[in-house]
Amino acid sequence: MAIVIDKSQRWRLLAAHAFLILLCALVIFPLVMVVSISLRPGNFATGTLIPETISLEHWRFALGIPSPGPDGQMIKPDLPVLLWLWNSVKVATISATLALFLSTTAAYAFARMKFVGKKAALLGLMLMQMFPTVLALIAIHAIFSRIGHVFPLFGVDSHWALVLAYSGGIALHIWTIKGFYETIPAEIEEAATVDGATPWQAFWRVLLPMALPILMVIFLLAFIGAIIEYPQASILLRSQDKLTLAAGMKQFLYPQKYLWGDFAAAAILSGLPISIVFILAQRWMISGLTSGANKG
Amino acid sequence: MPMPQALKRFLHPVLMILLGLVGLYVVTLVYATGESLLALVMLVTLACFIWIYTSSKTYAYRYLFPGIGAALIFVVFPMLYTVRIGFTNYSSKNLLTFNRATQYLLEETYRAEGATYNSTLHPEGTRWRLRLEDADTGAVFATDPIVLGPDKPQTLKATAIAEPLKGEEMPMRDLIAHQTFLKGLTVLMPDGGQIRMTGLREFAPSRMQYTQNQDGSLTNHQDKSLLRPNLKTGFYETPGGEAVDPGFQTDIGWQHYIDVFTDASIREPFVRIFVWTVTFAALSVFFTLTLGMVLAVILSWDALRFRSVYRLLLFLPYAIPGFISILVFKGLFNNNLGEINIVLGALFGIKPAWFSDPFLAKAMILIVNTWLGFPYMMVICMGLIKAIPLDLYEASAVAGAGPITNFFKITLPLIIKPLTPLLISSFAFNFNNFVLINLLTGGRPDILNTSIPAGTTDLLATYTYRIAFEDSGQKFGLAAAISTVIFLMVAVISMIQIRATKITSDDKR
Repeated sequence: MAIVIDKSQRWRLLAAHAFLILLCALVIFPLVMVVSISLRPGNFATGTLIPETISLEHWRFALGIPSPGPDGQMIKPDLPVLLWLWNSVKVATISATLALFLSTTAAYAFARMKFVGKKAALLGLMLMQMFPTVLALIAIHAIFSRIGHVFPLFGVDSHWALVLAYSGGIALHIWTIKGFYETIPAEIEEAATVDGATPWQAFWRVLLPMALPILMVIFLLAFIGAIIEYPQASILLRSQDKLTLAAGMKQFLYPQKYLWGDFAAAAILSGLPISIVFILAQRWMISGLTSGANKG
Repeated sequence: MPMPQALKRFLHPVLMILLGLVGLYVVTLVYATGESLLALVMLVTLACFIWIYTSSKTYAYRYLFPGIGAALIFVVFPMLYTVRIGFTNYSSKNLLTFNRATQYLLEETYRAEGATYNSTLHPEGTRWRLRLEDADTGAVFATDPIVLGPDKPQTLKATAIAEPLKGEEMPMRDLIAHQTFLKGLTVLMPDGGQIRMTGLREFAPSRMQYTQNQDGSLTNHQDKSLLRPNLKTGFYETPGGEAVDPGFQTDIGWQHYIDVFTDASIREPFVRIFVWTVTFAALSVFFTLTLGMVLAVILSWDALRFRSVYRLLLFLPYAIPGFISILVFKGLFNNNLGEINIVLGALFGIKPAWFSDPFLAKAMILIVNTWLGFPYMMVICMGLIKAIPLDLYEASAVAGAGPITNFFKITLPLIIKPLTPLLISSFAFNFNNFVLINLLTGGRPDILNTSIPAGTTDLLATYTYRIAFEDSGQKFGLAAAISTVIFLMVAVISMIQIRATKITSDDKR
């Protein structure tokens, strides 16, 4: 639909394209640069955007493949990127599953039941997520180191500590799922109850299957959230082989040990899958959130 | 599989009782280790659990309990505990609880007078005998055969032997492996003396250095002095007032708060960091909003082609995990090796010191944060612009208005109101944008002449992190006190946000 048609339109279109192309270039510059750096030989090499000599040494490093050192001996890379990626995926899968369980049940009570303190609890959840956990890092560290005195499995430097620490951050999930449950007519569960289903069966067998799209969305949100979480992971994990990607990646860029090329390869290796999952999830989330459960 | 009703009715209480008993047993074990707070939290959780899952009145809470419980224990409790730590002297010097510090001192030993014995271990079947040879007289003693383990303290008797032991003595490597067990041994000699391991191949008389008295003081057996706990400083002290390590945690009231607001060497960096935190958060919101909104307006223009391509490309910074893109920028901005300075050097012959000049460091942080943050604003603004009725623009076109007038008279006024709560939450997010600062600059370059390291690019959140985890001293107490102050600031921001949200939702009605 043409609203404003005048002669300057063509020039304005051109200017808009120029501006957008410039911005896209600025956005893409760092990303292209990283690809280029990951293929250059050496960690301090400078060069053109398209490297003259392509070297796969950084990719070997990132993938943990031993490569010959200066004296000809095979050296295994000392930063286990793939192990960190695996740790991240492990922690994120467990904590997203846990978050899903904790938030679907709580949201069911908020959406369908009457109980004392409902309004206050909902408001409390809203307030809770306004205070970032970064501010409680000292207490989180203190709590888990004290837990570790009694239960070493859940103490500092264990993945379970991280899973527990993440399990509390479900306020937003509860609100989202509650909103979705409320779009599903309660009559369907009531019918099931009339047929003799217990409230738990009505929830587990009737409501949850209908809420599947939102459950997937919440799982992905919690999964990505746990993958990219940095502050808690960096204080709760210590030893090299326990770190998650988010907590470990900075080790590539210490001033005394500057592994720029290796970092570039590791960044692509770990960042690409996460970004793709995120973009797909984003598109799918919008369709998942908008397609109501009662469409059939 | 259907279960008989009677069995089901019977099973539930039995299971609950069993769970309760097991739970109580675990709580007792935890309490016995001295972690009374942990035991208390577990006890309360257990009690709530049993009550909620047995009473018929609490049915709704059965669904809430796991989720709300996790949120209370792992989110709300740490925040309250932070406030609590703010009133203690918890730090690397005063790390242990009072009980643990006392325990530590009571386990200290000192080397007493008496003969030294060279020790070796000799096998006898699957067991071992400890052979002790007096270093001066050459008299030989040995214990009965013992099993090496578990690693718990025990007392053995040694007797003089005439026959030499047959087996080959244990090599050093294995000795080291059994060190913990051997250190727990006390050997009673025939002359009544007690000896303990003092070296890998040496036993000598050693005594417990301290014993506890009725009034809580400790008697030092080596020099017969008396140590008393000083609850103000968090140390055991000698009569002369000298502190004895390790220190313990103790309440010091409002001392940290008084320090933050009166001690100039803490107050000045604190105020500077606060000003920068607010500036950074405000400028971040301003830049990301400006860029995001301009892009949203352009990308909402129907006549423009390739809009979806632009949208996808411009969305990319939002999709890449922050910890990766921030580190990429850290490398690209590197003073000597970074690609940005190489480009700037080739084009203009300049080489800005992004990481050592405070102003440039701040500029870099804002550039990076704008790169990271504008896609979010763009997406939000595009959604809001979509909701503006098209006939408004048609009317303005009839009146002969240009795109600039359209933007300032129609678009901006209509989207700024629903945008306000989001802007405030973006401000709040950047106010505590720990990840960006910690990974990009780490707060550096540092402010000169401060008693506690503080950076020119530090935000309040990273400042507390540095006090607590990075720089020497690990002043958890002070950091927690500053965190508490930040909590109050965040609370104020949140209140403003809730009000703004209310106003916009009232308008909609």
